[in-house]
Amino acid sequence: MKVKDILLNGIIKENPTFRLVLGMCPTLAVTTAAVNGVAMGLAVTFVLAASNLFISLLRNYIPDKVRIPAFVTIIAAFVTIVGMLMEAFVPALFKALGLFIPLIVVNCIILARAEAFASKNGPFHSLMDGIGMGLGFTAALTILGTIRELLGAGSIFGIPLMGQSFEPAIIMILPPGAFFTLGLLLAFLNKLDLRKQQKHGEQA
Amino acid sequence: MEYLSKIFIILLSSILVNNFTMSRFLGICPFLGVSKRVSTAVGMGAAVTFVMAISSVITYLAHYFILVPLEIEYMQTLAFILIIAALVQFVEMVIQKMSPSLYQALGVYLPLITTNCAVLGVAILNIEENYDLLQTLINGIGGALGFTLSIVLFAGIRERLESADIPEPFKGFPIAMITAGLMSVAFLGFQGLIK
Repeated sequence: MKVKDILLNGIIKENPTFRLVLGMCPTLAVTTAAVNGVAMGLAVTFVLAASNLFISLLRNYIPDKVRIPAFVTIIAAFVTIVGMLMEAFVPALFKALGLFIPLIVVNCIILARAEAFASKNGPFHSLMDGIGMGLGFTAALTILGTIRELLGAGSIFGIPLMGQSFEPAIIMILPPGAFFTLGLLLAFLNKLDLRKQQKHGEQA
Repeated sequence: MEYLSKIFIILLSSILVNNFTMSRFLGICPFLGVSKRVSTAVGMGAAVTFVMAISSVITYLAHYFILVPLEIEYMQTLAFILIIAALVQFVEMVIQKMSPSLYQALGVYLPLITTNCAVLGVAILNIEENYDLLQTLINGIGGALGFTLSIVLFAGIRERLESADIPEPFKGFPIAMITAGLMSVAFLGFQGLIK
């Protein structure tokens, strides 16, 4: 397996948000602004990479029967570390993300990768898988956050872009906007897939 | 009297105003995953209510009688998730022994609850809001009832959607998201109920 393939697999082919539809709670909740999406994505990337690495190193020592509690303990330890680091260095972001920092523990992506990849592969590949998946998640959250912030507040990363006459659509930064944006994005990706399939069909 | 009204406000807020799935985005995974049939949605809701009520109380006790005296509050995340995982396993065993019929109905949903972020979320919220034991219990039950309400409504709509003519790219998750979004708009209407 090539490192590049593992990284791209997480970012594009099996993008956790757009392809696997995992980890929806933080995806929908924190993407009211682009910067929140980036911060949440990077926090998850760190936890994913670190827990994948450790689980892979310990995979031959953890008995099969208690592997899930063991994985969760490892993940929770890294989540606690991320929480403490963020509280110390970026307190404003820590406050904005709030409850969803400790809730990284129950983010399905992390446990899913531990179970599906890290418990079967070597430490280096597992680390790369964690980074790839994490970056894919970060990219998805940033896209969602950018769209919602642009339409709901008229700015991107806090920089106003839409001019004076723009009336922001508040609904986009309220909970319904999260569902609508993600639903339309998923439909758009399906449309692209369908078009690709049709082209293949015509050639054959 | 003032205490009673505060309890009532917590209940109302956790069921309607700050509905877990519709406005707090907690427990979205089971909300999307097990909402294809109304009957499974009811089962999931019941199982969540049961676990959430017990876990709220136990995590509360663990926080104030173990973590605070030992001054290890920073272990909260780790401690709570282990308590919830163990509790779910325990509840599963007890139900299996005591009431096989109930186990048949709820059994398959119980393991899923460990990774339901609403359960851990409500435990952490209870501590953050400085609720006392009764308020914690009410918040846990109310949150779970709100979850049940939204997932059952959602499943009802999805059953009808199955026979609807949906544009090809919207089939599956996209239309579910749009449906959830419209429901969320409806739930926004409760926002003015409580200051």
